[in-house]
Amino acid sequence: MLPSRFEYHRPESLEEAFQLLSQYGDEAKVLAGGQSLIPVMKLRLATPGHIIDISRLSLDEIAESGDALTVGALARHRDLERSDVIKAGYPVMATAAPLISDPVVRNLGTIGGSLCHADPAGDWGSVMLALGARVVIGSARGERELPVSEFLVDTFTTALEPDEILTQVKVPKPSGSSGGTYLKMERKVGDFATVATAVHLSLSNGTVDRAGIALTAVGSKNIEATDAEASLAGSEPSEEAFAEAGRLAAEASSPVSDVRGSEAYKRHVVDVYVRRGLTRALESARAA
Amino acid sequence: MEITVKVNGADRTADVEPRLLLSHLIREEFGLTGTHMGCDTTSCGACTVLLDGRPVKSCTVFGVQADGREVRTVEGLLQDGQLHPIQAAFKEEHGLQCGFCTPGMMLTGSVLLAENPSPTDEEVRWAISGQICRCTGYMNIVNAIQAAGKAMSETTEDAAASVAS
Repeated sequence: MLPSRFEYHRPESLEEAFQLLSQYGDEAKVLAGGQSLIPVMKLRLATPGHIIDISRLSLDEIAESGDALTVGALARHRDLERSDVIKAGYPVMATAAPLISDPVVRNLGTIGGSLCHADPAGDWGSVMLALGARVVIGSARGERELPVSEFLVDTFTTALEPDEILTQVKVPKPSGSSGGTYLKMERKVGDFATVATAVHLSLSNGTVDRAGIALTAVGSKNIEATDAEASLAGSEPSEEAFAEAGRLAAEASSPVSDVRGSEAYKRHVVDVYVRRGLTRALESARAA
Repeated sequence: MEITVKVNGADRTADVEPRLLLSHLIREEFGLTGTHMGCDTTSCGACTVLLDGRPVKSCTVFGVQADGREVRTVEGLLQDGQLHPIQAAFKEEHGLQCGFCTPGMMLTGSVLLAENPSPTDEEVRWAISGQICRCTGYMNIVNAIQAAGKAMSETTEDAAASVAS
């Protein structure tokens, strides 16, 4: 399969990339890892006239500074999977990274590319919603920041303007004792998720300070289960409270029946996975 | 667009359309047909090659992205005309049936062994989980990768022993 013809640009700096994007706007697509963009171009679902290959720019640093973890947009899934900083302090990310696609795809695919592709079955979107992360967006006009909840607009649609590039993801450093986990049901390695759930818990003096719950592949985008989160905030963690959060999360989901499962089945999996995820998050928060 | 790619240690140049995939560049421009095209949809991993030392699916990379970089294909596993230990092990352990997935399996296996010379069954299965053997001959693929690791460690030990004595 060949994509339609395009002109290839390989800017040597972010500034040059911004210039090219202001010139070509929505005729251009930014190429990072290419693991979603190239397949959709081969299927001719995307036919950009210009490809701006930013994959060689140094934009892949993973660093913890002050009150946030910053991840460069070009950090590969494999880098996130192997990062000691992430293993030590960000269990939702650490458990999600090895479940993204397959090991060969993870060698090229990037966190920024995954977020910008905005596939409702994408894993990082839910992880970042659960963690309350923000994205840094640049263009020739300057820089701005948005919470991921505002960045993800709809299926394959983000808040990015045609001349903008997502350059960094900022994850707030969890306060107090915290835990989390990503649970994913997939038919085989590399398949899209049937259902996946990201759960994060921060505890303060034994009560829930902040709960983050987000859902993958059960709606038109990654869904933050805000009612479920609110039901836990300030409460004592308990089996009953987790059951109620699971019920509310299932209510917030809007899956469709397909070859991977019926609507009712997927909704049930959301309920079970959110409860299970919260139980595991609590265990890891108490052990921390 | 004119590009130069270091393929199995030697610089190769080609004048290509940017939309040409790395898999086609390798097979049709460079004539190295050991890289197999399976699904052409990033699913099967038959077209796996090493780009700067890491396994990638060459059907999901543009050839121009390899410009100035290093590509290793199955043809590059031979060392001084001798089979690489992983090739010898696939032969010995019957690690292939139809042979279609074999080039990619051997390349990924060689990268795994460089990091982890004695992987467990689970570690091997995890490493090759992006690649499909349609003959379902996984048991012997796992055995072959482990046997290659063992052979490579023994060679290293022999070399160390001969230096020490």
